[in-house]
Amino acid sequence: MEKKWQEMTADEKQEAQFQKLLSPKLPDGKDLPFQSPEAEANYKAAITRIKDAIQLKKTPDRVPVTILPSMFPFTHAGMTVQEAMYDYDRCALAFKKFILEFKPDMHIGAAAPGPGKFFEILDYKLYSWPGHGVAPEHSYQCNEGEYMKAEEYDLLLMDPSFFFRNFYLPRVFGALQGFQMLPPLTGILEMYGVAFNFIPYALPPVQATYKALFEAGAEALKWAMVMGGSNGELASLGFPNILGGFTKAPFDTIGDTLRGTKGIIMDMYRQPDKLLQALEAITPIMIGMGLGAAQQTGNPLIFIPLHKGADSFLSDAQFKKFYWPTLKQVMLGLIEGGCIPFPALEGHWGSRLKVIQDIPKGKTVWMVDQTDMVKAKETLGKNACLIGNVSSSMLNLGTPDDVKAYCKKLIDTAGKGGGFIMGNGAFFDEAKPENVKAMSDFTKEYGVYK
Amino acid sequence: MAKDLVNTLADLKEKEALGIVQERLSAGEDPLRILDDARRGVEIVGKRFSDEEYFIPDLVYSGEILKQITDMVKPKLTKAAEVKRLGKVIVGTVAGDIHDIGKDIVVFMLDVNGFEVFDLGIDVPVQKFVDKIKETGSGVVGLSGFLTLAFQSMKDTVGAIEKAGLRNEVKIMIGGGQIDDQVRSFTGADAYGKDAMDAVKLAKGWIGG
Repeated sequence: MEKKWQEMTADEKQEAQFQKLLSPKLPDGKDLPFQSPEAEANYKAAITRIKDAIQLKKTPDRVPVTILPSMFPFTHAGMTVQEAMYDYDRCALAFKKFILEFKPDMHIGAAAPGPGKFFEILDYKLYSWPGHGVAPEHSYQCNEGEYMKAEEYDLLLMDPSFFFRNFYLPRVFGALQGFQMLPPLTGILEMYGVAFNFIPYALPPVQATYKALFEAGAEALKWAMVMGGSNGELASLGFPNILGGFTKAPFDTIGDTLRGTKGIIMDMYRQPDKLLQALEAITPIMIGMGLGAAQQTGNPLIFIPLHKGADSFLSDAQFKKFYWPTLKQVMLGLIEGGCIPFPALEGHWGSRLKVIQDIPKGKTVWMVDQTDMVKAKETLGKNACLIGNVSSSMLNLGTPDDVKAYCKKLIDTAGKGGGFIMGNGAFFDEAKPENVKAMSDFTKEYGVYK
Repeated sequence: MAKDLVNTLADLKEKEALGIVQERLSAGEDPLRILDDARRGVEIVGKRFSDEEYFIPDLVYSGEILKQITDMVKPKLTKAAEVKRLGKVIVGTVAGDIHDIGKDIVVFMLDVNGFEVFDLGIDVPVQKFVDKIKETGSGVVGLSGFLTLAFQSMKDTVGAIEKAGLRNEVKIMIGGGQIDDQVRSFTGADAYGKDAMDAVKLAKGWIGG
């Protein structure tokens, strides 16, 4: 008899996830029909290749290839970013064209542009996007700020969800002002007094907020249907998307969008204990975010973009005190739940390699941006699969020969013995298509393990 | 209590440093001397950053302490501070890019290291750089950018400076997350720096100090 999910070890859970990926299903539970026997063979070979690269148990048949763009598939199709954000069908079509042209073993779907109209409905202030603060042809960009104030740690610690709903969300979504008027849900207890909790829902600002939520939800669903359809179609053509969702390092959660870069820096000096408490408090929430996403999508890979732990952003002591412990806990929690953490070392992380290599073997895959790949392989690479690290500058400004020479070096070093996936180091909007093609084609030819 | 503002600030002892400033102000000391000590303290912070003893948080924190000191001292200044400057530097995040953290740290370090800095902000149109060079006669321009779109914007900016006939009047440095020598060569800039202290070194190399 098959073991129940809860009774499985982390190893068994991961294996079960890969087996599930090898027999993809339609949303109604039936087997996904492949468009040709060749497509089915390619799909399964790709999953097996990636599985072998990640698990570090055996050498794959060849170095797998992934391409992790942000807006490149859409600009390459002659669209503006604005068009990709507002025309979901064209967005999916452009992404399909991109996949069929460059044929990666693994992709992360067409979701990068996101649903423009959804952001409009909610009056999203955390980002500027095409037509809303940036030009139509440019990508959305974050507006740094202190969306949580220095004195609000106790509020966050007491009830993170209440803090998010009543303070953070109204600050980053213009249309969600009504949330400020809502009492905590935990006051809804018994007959006497229960009705008082519901009075705010009669107030016009609250009702306007809920109206916006309904509209935004409908728009998000409309977009998600197109994205889901796109993933299914690409899978049926032999191209798997195994991305399950995303979560964050607790330090980045607080540093990126709550306190902001300057805010969290001040907190490290002025109220380190509060910061540490908050990091601990949101760690299980970050684990739950990843596990929940994996459950929703059925895919095991949980992306974790790493920002403020890069080389010069923290001292070694600060990294070990504030950044790494809770990030490690998040990864261990995800692994325990059968997920594969997929952190991205954005920027330079050479000084952190010896610390971050302390993770369970064969359970994670890391996107490496500008860190030296040979050094990464010697440390982190002993325990983890590495993706990377063809640079944005090379893809954008180099020649196909530059790219091939660099890929050769990568395959010869980082690719040695497996545990390596060829790919770009940082998400990119612009590149010469012939360079992207060279990265993929050359790896498929030269990257075969003998 | 230590009375040495320079070292107290360099060691990032915020409360102590502010305490010393308060005492010295109460004792009627020349506010300009206090400011100069504070600036020297932050200069040490920059040196420690170059030596990899300090990191970005230390730079940002020292900036915050310096800002508080400046706010305390300002009301006591009888005339505008006339600090001798090494030279003028124009800094901005190029068109299309709205990232400012890296750029702000560069501006701050150039400033405390004795340069007069003209911060043009983010998403700066090429013409604004050209106009500012003409207006200030600045000898160094720093272009910041975090996204790949910045490569082209930097090239366009350098091109516009050239077209305006000013290319030989200025040295241009670039910096940001994805910037390397290949990008430098593409944009036609004179140099690139990996961090704020590189920017200070480049500027000092070009206009002395």
